[in-house]
Amino acid sequence: MNKKTAHELNNLLVNKKISSVELTKAVLDRIDKTEGKVQAYVTVTREDALKQAKAADSRISELPDTRIPLLTGIPIAIKDNMCTKGVLTTCSSKILANYIPPYNATVVEKIKAAGAVIVGKANMDEFAMGSSTENSGLHPTYNPWDLERVPGGSSGGSAAAVAANECILATGSDTGGSIRQPASFCGVVGFKPTYGRVSRYGLIAFASSLDQIGPLTKDVTDTAILMNVLVGYDPKDSTSVNQPVPDYQKALIDNVKNLKIGYIKELLGQGIDQEVKASIEQAMKKLEELGAKLIEVSMPSFEHAVATYYLIAPAEASSNLARYDGVKFGHRSKEAKDLLTMYYNTRREGFGAEVKRRIMLGTYALSAGYYDAYYLKALKVRTLIKQDFDRAFMKYDVLLSPTAPSIAFKFGEKTADPLAMYISDIATIPINLAGLPAISLPCGFSKKAPIGLQIIGRAFDEETVLRAAFTYEQNTDWHKQIPEL
Amino acid sequence: MSYETVIGLETHAQLATESKMFCGCPTKFGAKPNTNICPVCTGQPGVLPVTNKKAIELAIKTAIALNCKIEPQSVFARKNYFYPDLPKGYQVSQYELPLATNGHLEIEVGGNIRKIGIIRVHLEEDAGKSIHQGAGRILGSASSLIDYNRTGTPLIEIVSEPDIRSPKEAAVFMQALANLLQYIGVCDAKMEEGSLRCDANLSVRERGSSEFGVRTELKNMNSFKAVEKALLFEEKRHTEVLADGGKISQETRFFDDTTNTTHGMRGKEEAHDYRYFPEPDLVPVAPDKKWVEAIRSALGELPEERKNRFIANHRLSSNDAFLLISQRATADFFEECVILLNKPKIIANWILGDLQAYLNARNLTIKQANFSPVQLVELIQLIDKGTISGKIAKTVLIKVLETGNSVKDVIAESGMTQMSDEGTLVKIVQSVLAANPKQVEQYKAGKTTIIAFLVGQVMKETKGRANPGLANKILKQELDT
Repeated sequence: MNKKTAHELNNLLVNKKISSVELTKAVLDRIDKTEGKVQAYVTVTREDALKQAKAADSRISELPDTRIPLLTGIPIAIKDNMCTKGVLTTCSSKILANYIPPYNATVVEKIKAAGAVIVGKANMDEFAMGSSTENSGLHPTYNPWDLERVPGGSSGGSAAAVAANECILATGSDTGGSIRQPASFCGVVGFKPTYGRVSRYGLIAFASSLDQIGPLTKDVTDTAILMNVLVGYDPKDSTSVNQPVPDYQKALIDNVKNLKIGYIKELLGQGIDQEVKASIEQAMKKLEELGAKLIEVSMPSFEHAVATYYLIAPAEASSNLARYDGVKFGHRSKEAKDLLTMYYNTRREGFGAEVKRRIMLGTYALSAGYYDAYYLKALKVRTLIKQDFDRAFMKYDVLLSPTAPSIAFKFGEKTADPLAMYISDIATIPINLAGLPAISLPCGFSKKAPIGLQIIGRAFDEETVLRAAFTYEQNTDWHKQIPEL
Repeated sequence: MSYETVIGLETHAQLATESKMFCGCPTKFGAKPNTNICPVCTGQPGVLPVTNKKAIELAIKTAIALNCKIEPQSVFARKNYFYPDLPKGYQVSQYELPLATNGHLEIEVGGNIRKIGIIRVHLEEDAGKSIHQGAGRILGSASSLIDYNRTGTPLIEIVSEPDIRSPKEAAVFMQALANLLQYIGVCDAKMEEGSLRCDANLSVRERGSSEFGVRTELKNMNSFKAVEKALLFEEKRHTEVLADGGKISQETRFFDDTTNTTHGMRGKEEAHDYRYFPEPDLVPVAPDKKWVEAIRSALGELPEERKNRFIANHRLSSNDAFLLISQRATADFFEECVILLNKPKIIANWILGDLQAYLNARNLTIKQANFSPVQLVELIQLIDKGTISGKIAKTVLIKVLETGNSVKDVIAESGMTQMSDEGTLVKIVQSVLAANPKQVEQYKAGKTTIIAFLVGQVMKETKGRANPGLANKILKQELDT
């Protein structure tokens, strides 16, 4: 039953065909069986999960059917950069290997209030910096479709756990593609909402102006269900937006007739794997058959997106990560003799190579004499990228591209060359810079590894993105494929 | 060669809010260490700041009182540096776009009114407090403890133009600013307790030069006197170095109040690069115009306006008016008196003279003293009626202040009413004349001014209670017959 989606399981739970305890046990059994191969989790909260499942079962028996929240009793994995009160939250970093938060992230509160059962904390690239989960300071995660391949990142643990049926759904966070790219690599659905839609309170910051929490699920319907739980204004997050929230399930309409879809020329040209390109073109054809209008659109500023991102994100990160200094929480070096050696050794021992690289990059970009040439220039290019999107959305309802230029790569393939790793986020990064909503959903396979289709929407128009994705999904069966483990 | 001193002040004032700048923790002073803290102000992973609206309101209030322009949009920025009492590794402050700019504060030095420019007023959060064991600084201490209670307390920074020309002026500016902040109720402004702090920049140049000299920044002055002393030392040091043909190096210097000297803190090689950038966790502050206007009207009359009204309506000297308005309570006391008795000049003289002297000597405020406008007016009216003399009134005032008894009781108890009974006075005058035959002779010989001495003798005999006018009259009568 752990292979099923949340909306299917909800039906079984409400009709008392199964109990949440049975379902949670099935998920925990699956974890026992496959986690040795996948290593999707940092922490499995076994006892706590069973307690929550029991509580969910009594809630189901007490409440009238119509008043049972859809996620009641459904096992969910939380990315390990979202604070869970009393439960280890490491950000997959040695520097936080012992950190137990004194509070819950707003999304965790919401998920608990919705009755979902938290089964564990999912592995990730350290501080969400990476595209393969190889940068986890704790252990790698393996792609359930091919254990020689990476699951993508940084939400690699969340995507792999969903794909391996080690949970029903999961949360991820997306700063430059960290939900969508692992969703693409693992053959699941991943959605990054508009910046400001979901509270960041309790999300351990990587790059504050880009970070956004979103769902990783087995299909678009589950994405809409989890979205309904996650979104909403939070007075604790000044950057969350106080706007009415629609019911995303109502956006799930199997109809794209006359929908104007712009496919991004720059993301279907050079540097894109031929089989990926072929799958995307197949998907475009399918959407056209279903009544959508597909038109080529050019986004000239995209060529500067990766460079822009790798100034803004590290600049913010260099400041956000200053608090890990050995003074208040987390790792403190035993080699400390005085204040400076405490700082130096704590951070040298606690942070991994990629995190150090980005702290140095960001510190440099903000330094006196370089600020104007790097950080300020990057902010200006960011505005140009936004303007490219604004222009495109005057003509088109949604935009389309591959989520990643290739299928999941093999371990070690890109670790020696950080630039090659960075460029693999070319299709997802511009969306974060513009703060827009975008989804990745399965649209094919190459060498038995999944390919992801990205659909991008206007700011706060998650509904059109969901409608287009839902329509495509209803008329294909890529999302029904399950990896053999 | 003649030198001119140029001083600019950077003042930090703790805003009198109930809660901290970016979280709901109380700002109360003196709580047990690390009890007024939460995940936000201790910089736990994942937390976000939420701006305290009251702090913005108080900062706007200050900016209005300092005649500043409130910027339609100001932006919080992160000031990055590592220190254990700074839990996030950055301080949220304002940098390129401050809350308010371009104001001024009037001060009075040596009878002259000086207008000191204010470059900017901006909001920021305070750091925690380090307590070093075994040394005054972290360097050389055995260990250090940190109290995060103060972390996140809202501060405003007020930066003056380099318009101040002497250490004395700097001290007067600080006192005037403290008075203003107290007056409008945004800060209790106690330098000794750290709710008002000040860094000073000083440079010295040849008189007449339009260029600035090399400046040094002075820190650790914990009283108005310390500000003046530190600047006096530094002014002398600069002048001597320059007179000897030497050069001042730009640096931060630490004031030592045990020796009244300054010494260098850190050299250029350690100069900080704070890597300021816009705080991405907060949206810009864009105060609604209506809100700003509401704050402006709720603020009521500002000290400067009140001063001008005192001069215009009560015909006070600008000096008296300035002194009255420098404490809100004093100005209020004065106005209440004037309502009861329309003799503003006499009332001002009493308040700024004997009353203020009594309060200053005991380090009391007018509110703390057990004394009301009704009592002062009663005292003045008794003088007018001739019940007591002006001289006696001074004694009565002190007695009233010391005992808290009513004016009437004090006078009755000590029998200090003025002696206006002619029969009694005639007898006293006669005895005075009998005791001073020499002076009587002089008077009769034509030296009539000697009568002043004889009046004095009558006053002495009556312990000051004789009505001096009446005594004069009787003396003349007796001498001329």
